Amino acid sequence: MTKFVKSNEAVVMGALYAGCEIYFGYPITPASEIAHGAAKWFPMLGRKFVQAECETASINMMFGAAGAGKLSMTATSGPGFSLMQEGLSYLAGAELPAVVIDVNRAGPGLGNVYPEQSDYTSAVKGGGHGNYSTFTLAPASAQEMFDLTVKAFEMAAKWRTPAVVFADGLQGQMMETVELPDTEMKAPDFSAWAAEGTPATRNNLVKSIYLDAKQQEEFNRHLQAKYAKMQADAMSESYLADDAEILLVGFGISSRIARTTAETLRKEGIKAGCFRPITLNPFPREDLAKVAAGKKILTIELDAGQFADDVRLNLAKMCLGAEAAALKMINRMGGEVVSVDDAVKAAKEMI
Amino acid sequence: MATIEQKGMYKVFPRSGKNVSYTHYCPGCGHGIINKLIAEACAEMGLQDETIFVDPVGCGVFTYYYWDAAHISAAHGRASACATGVSRARPDAVTIAYQGDGDLGAIGFNNAFQAASRGEKFGCIFVNNSLYGMTGGQMAPTTLEGEKTTTTPFGRDSSLTGYPLHVCEVFNQLKAPVYIARVSVADTRRIMQAKQAIRKVFQIQKEKKGYAILEILAPCPTNFKMTPDKAAQFVIDEMEKEFPLGVFRDETADHVNPKSVEVPLVKSCMELFQEKDSIPAAINDAGFAEKRFKFAGYGGQGILSLGLTVAEAARLERRHTLWFPSYGPEQRGGSANCSVVVSGTPIGSPTVEHPDVLVAMNQPAYERFAADVKPGGTIIVDSTVPVLVEPPEGVKLIKWPAIKMAEEFGVPKAANTMMLAALKKFALTGLTAENLETALIASFKKKPELGEKNRELLRKAEAHE
Repeated sequence: MTKFVKSNEAVVMGALYAGCEIYFGYPITPASEIAHGAAKWFPMLGRKFVQAECETASINMMFGAAGAGKLSMTATSGPGFSLMQEGLSYLAGAELPAVVIDVNRAGPGLGNVYPEQSDYTSAVKGGGHGNYSTFTLAPASAQEMFDLTVKAFEMAAKWRTPAVVFADGLQGQMMETVELPDTEMKAPDFSAWAAEGTPATRNNLVKSIYLDAKQQEEFNRHLQAKYAKMQADAMSESYLADDAEILLVGFGISSRIARTTAETLRKEGIKAGCFRPITLNPFPREDLAKVAAGKKILTIELDAGQFADDVRLNLAKMCLGAEAAALKMINRMGGEVVSVDDAVKAAKEMI
Repeated sequence: MATIEQKGMYKVFPRSGKNVSYTHYCPGCGHGIINKLIAEACAEMGLQDETIFVDPVGCGVFTYYYWDAAHISAAHGRASACATGVSRARPDAVTIAYQGDGDLGAIGFNNAFQAASRGEKFGCIFVNNSLYGMTGGQMAPTTLEGEKTTTTPFGRDSSLTGYPLHVCEVFNQLKAPVYIARVSVADTRRIMQAKQAIRKVFQIQKEKKGYAILEILAPCPTNFKMTPDKAAQFVIDEMEKEFPLGVFRDETADHVNPKSVEVPLVKSCMELFQEKDSIPAAINDAGFAEKRFKFAGYGGQGILSLGLTVAEAARLERRHTLWFPSYGPEQRGGSANCSVVVSGTPIGSPTVEHPDVLVAMNQPAYERFAADVKPGGTIIVDSTVPVLVEPPEGVKLIKWPAIKMAEEFGVPKAANTMMLAALKKFALTGLTAENLETALIASFKKKPELGEKNRELLRKAEAHE
C-alpha cells in the first residue's frame, strides 16, 4: 500500500511500524510535523505521547523510558539537538536504545528554519561529552524517512545505543510516495538488563557511572569494540559509479542533487557517478574505497565542510591519501541549497 | 565483621566495589537515616519487586549500592524527567525519584516542577540539607540567609543571591500534586514522622493516585562543619525556622484522577494508515520526460493545493512524484509557493531551479520566478498581473484570466481550478486530461459536491480562448 506523505510524517509511521512505544518531544520548526503526527497516532494505537517542557527533558524522559525497557523517540532540529547532547551521552554511557530525529535547520544560534547539514559533527561523531558516538542514518527521500527510521530502531536495539536519523528541513517538508509494509514489528524484550518494576528485573541497574578509573576505561574499551563491530552494518549506495572519472559524494538531500548532477554531466559526455553513505556512523568506508580509488572526488554538502573532512578521513583510513588530498567540495550554507548548475560547473572545473 | 541486616537493603554492598555493609555517607548525615527509612518502607509494604528507583547525582548517587530494588541512575538534575519516562513506560511499577537540593532546587527545578504540574505518577523524595554536599559544600537555592558555604564564604548575601527557595510552597501552587509535605530527620520523633510520610509517598504510588513530593530536612555535619549533634540541632533551630514542617496538601483520601480525553483507538498500524484505493507505486519509464513545476501566488489562492492536484494526477499515472512547499516565515509572509517534480525515473534533486512550467498568480510570483524558467518552458500568469519584465527568450507566456473567470462564475475561490484548466487545455503537464480531472475531484474528498462543481468549472474555463 502506498501513501503520499510529508517526509516528517513518514518518520512517525516508521517509528510506529518499528514498535516504538512512546514519543517524548518539544516542537521546533522544521520538525514539528513529527510531533503533530505522533500526538495523533501514538495514542490511537494505545501508545504514548508526552509533550516535554524542553528538549533536555525530552531526552532524559527517553533515558528513563529506555532504562525501563521501552523503545522511545523524539524529533527536533539544531537548537533542540544541542540541548539533547547531554542525554545522548548518558544514553550511550548506559548503553540504552533510543532514536532521535534531527531535521537540520540553518545555524549557528537561532539561524533560520531552512535546510542545512551543519549538525554533521554532533549527529555523527557524538556531540556530547565522553568517548561515544551514535548510530547515524541519513535518509534522502520520504520512503527512506520511513525505512531508515525503522532501521534506526532495529540498530538501537541490536547495539544498545542511541541512534540518530539525520535529515534536513527541505527533506522534512517534502511529500513523496511511501510504500508501507503489511506487517508491523513487535517491541523487543529488554528484561535482561532493564529496570521494569518486575520480580525478574529487580536486580537490574541502569547507570553510566564507574567511579573506578580502571573500570571506566574498561567500559570505554567495550564501547569502542562495539562501535568497531557496528561497521558490519554500514550502508551505502552508488550510482553510475563504476566507469566514472569523477565521483560526486553527498549524503541525504545532497545525494539527490549529486544524482541529477551526474545525470546532467553524463548527457554532456562526462563520465560522472555518485556515492552516498546511507549510514554516516558507521561510515561505509570500504564501499567508498571500492568506488573512489583513482577517481576525482567532489563532495556536495550543506555545511562548512564537516562532511568533506569526514570523507577525507575515511579515504585516508582506506589508504587513498591521494584521492583525499585532491578532493574538492561545493557547499551552500544558511538555508541555501547547492544548485545542479553550480555542481555541474564545479565538476567540470575538476576535469 | 558482623553485618546488621537492614530491611529493604542488600546485606552487603558489593556494588560499592567492596564487600562491606556500611554506607558511604559521613557520620551524622541525614541521607543515611533517610536511606534506611526508604528501604524499610519499600520492604515493609512489599514493594521491592515493583519499585524502580531513579537515583540522582549528588550525595544520593549511590543508593543503588544499598536499596534492594531496580535502579536507574539519572543525569544531574534530570531525575524528575527520567522518572517521568520511567512511569510512562511502566505505569504498573512504583517509581520513586530521590533528589537533592541542587538536583531538584537548581539545575533540575523546571523538570521537577513541570513533572509535578503534569501530575506524573511518581513519588519524589527531596532531601534538603541547605547546600551541595557532594561537590564540596557550595550554596544551594535552599541555603539560609547568612549561611556560610564554600561559595558564600562570608555568608549568603540576599542582596546578591536572593532568598532560600521554598520548594513545597512553590509546588503547592500547582493543581495536580496529590501530596506535598515537609518533614525532618533531626531527632527520633521527627524520624518516626518522616517514616510515616515516606510510607505515604509509596502508598500513593502503589494506588496509582498521582504525584507526591516529600521534602526532608537533613543535616550535613561535614559541610556545616559541625559535630553530628550540633548539625541536627542546626536543622531544628535554623532550617525548620526557614522551612516550616508540615503537610501542605494531602488529597490521598479523596483524590480522583482527572478523566481522560477520548481517543479513537485502532488495532494496528495497518488499520491506522490504510488507504482506500491506494495508488500503486510508480513505474520506471525512461520515455517520460521529467517535468518540473513551480506554482506561486498569495496564500489563500489555493497555490499549494493546485500543486498537490498536479502531483496526485502524476501519481495516478504512476509517475515518480515530489511536492515541496515554501515553509516557515516565508509562508506566513502572505506569499506561497510550491514545487512539483514529475518524472519517469527516480527523482534526483528535489529543488526546482528551472521550471518547465511556472504558474504565477500575482506580480511578486511572476517577478521572482519568471527569469528561472527553462528555454522552451511556459509561464501562465494571471491576466490581472502587469507583466513589466519580459519572460526569458524561448519561454512562452500565456496570460490567463483565472481570477476573473472564477469571479464571473461566482466562485472566486476557484481561481486555482481555472489555472488547472489552462494547464490541461495547453497540455503543459504531460499528464492525461482524465487523471487531472480525477485528481481535482479527489482534492475535494472531504466535500464531494465541490469536486463535481469544480470539474464543471474546469471544463467551462477550458472553453475560454
